[in-house]
Amino acid sequence: MTDKAYEIKLDIFEGPLDLLLYLIRKNEVDIYDIPIALITKQYMEYINVMRSLNLDLAGEYLLLAATLTHIKSRMLLPTSEEEEEEDEDPREELVRQLLEYKTFKEAALGLDRMSILGRDVFSRDQAFDEIEGDDQLFREIGIFELVEAFRRVSVGTGRHDIMEIDVEKISLSDRINDIVDELEKRGELTFTDLLRETDSRRRLIYTFLAILELMKLRIINAYQAVPYGAIRIRLAGGTDG
Amino acid sequence: MDNLKAVIEALIFVSDTPVTVAVIEGILEDVTKKELSSTVDDLIREYKERGGGIFLKEIAGGYQFRTGETLTPWVRKLKGQKPMDLSPAAMETLAVIAYRQPVMKSEIEKVRGVDVSGLLRGLLEKNLVRIMGRKNVPGRPIIYGTTRKFLETFGLKALSDLPTLREFKELEG
Repeated sequence: MTDKAYEIKLDIFEGPLDLLLYLIRKNEVDIYDIPIALITKQYMEYINVMRSLNLDLAGEYLLLAATLTHIKSRMLLPTSEEEEEEDEDPREELVRQLLEYKTFKEAALGLDRMSILGRDVFSRDQAFDEIEGDDQLFREIGIFELVEAFRRVSVGTGRHDIMEIDVEKISLSDRINDIVDELEKRGELTFTDLLRETDSRRRLIYTFLAILELMKLRIINAYQAVPYGAIRIRLAGGTDG
Repeated sequence: MDNLKAVIEALIFVSDTPVTVAVIEGILEDVTKKELSSTVDDLIREYKERGGGIFLKEIAGGYQFRTGETLTPWVRKLKGQKPMDLSPAAMETLAVIAYRQPVMKSEIEKVRGVDVSGLLRGLLEKNLVRIMGRKNVPGRPIIYGTTRKFLETFGLKALSDLPTLREFKELEG
C-alpha cells in the first residue's frame, strides 16, 4: 500500500529532465547557473529512493546521473589554459537541453488548456452515422454467393481424394449452437473464420449446412462488400443494436 | 441566392465533420467563394452574439458547430463517456511533434530525454499523429506529423493557429 503511494509520487516525473527541472525549481536556483554539486546530490538521492523501491528505473535516469557526475568532476578540476581559451561552461549543453525541454513542457500545458473536443467541447455525434455507413457498404447476400464461397474454400483444401476416417463426431445442431455462441461473443465472423481449410471435409460440410440453416431461419445475415470479397456473418437484428 | 445563409447553416448542421468551403462550393455551384466566406462569417457572428448553447467554429480548414465552453459538465453527463485523456507524457510528445513537424522519433527523444516508442504508438492509434514518410538520410528514419484529427481535437483552424511557442533561450554571455 505504502509502496504504491510512493510509486504514484515518483510517477509524476516524466523523465530525468523533468526531475532535474523539479529540483532546480524546488531549490529556487538559477537554471543558467546550476549549483551542480547540490543538484547532483539531490538527484542521486531520488535515484536511490527509486531503486530501493525496486521501481523499474529507466536507463535514461542513470544516463543523466552519469552526465551530472561528469559535469561535477569537470567543474572541480582546475581549468587548464587550453580550456580557458575555449571558455566553455561544462553545464552549457545540459542547460540548453533543459531549456528546450522546459519549452515543450509548457507547450504541452498550453495544449492541455485548450478546449479539447470530447473533453471540454462537443460536436455532433459521429458514432451513429458510422454504423449506418458501415451497413450500407456491405450488401446482404444470398445462398448463391455462399455456395460459391464454400466451393472456393473446399477447393482450397485440396482434399477431395483423401479418404477420411471419421473420428470427430459432429452434429448439425452442435455446429448451429457453436456458431451462434461465437457470434454472440464476437459480434461478427467472417466466412473463413468459420470454415477453416484445416478442418476435415465432414466438419466443413456440417459448418456450411449450419450456416445455411441459420440463414434460412433468419437468425443470421451474411454481408459482402464486393463480389468474391470476404463474407461477414452477423446475428440478424443484432442484440447490441 | 436569397436563402444562402440558411442553406449553409443546414449543411454545417447535418455534417459530423468540419465542412470546408470547397464542399459548400461544390453543392452551391453559382455562388462565389467571397460570398460564401462572408456569409459564413455572418453566421459565426450571429451565433456568437446570441451566446447560446452552440457556436459555429472554424476548425481544420472547415466549419463546425460546437457546444459552448462553459457547458462542459452538463454535456459530459449526457454523454456519460470518459473523455479522451492524454497523460502529461503523451501531451509533451504530442507538443514536440506539433511544433517540430516533420520530426523524427530520435529528435522527440532528444527533447524529452526518454524513450517515446510506446507514447508514439498510442498517439498513432488515437489518430492524432501520422507517419509523413521517411527522411532522406542514412537509415531512412520515419518522420512524424500531426493529423487533421489533431486540429479537430484541439479546435484549431490550421497548424499556424497553434499558440506561439514560448521558447526559453539561453542567456548570452
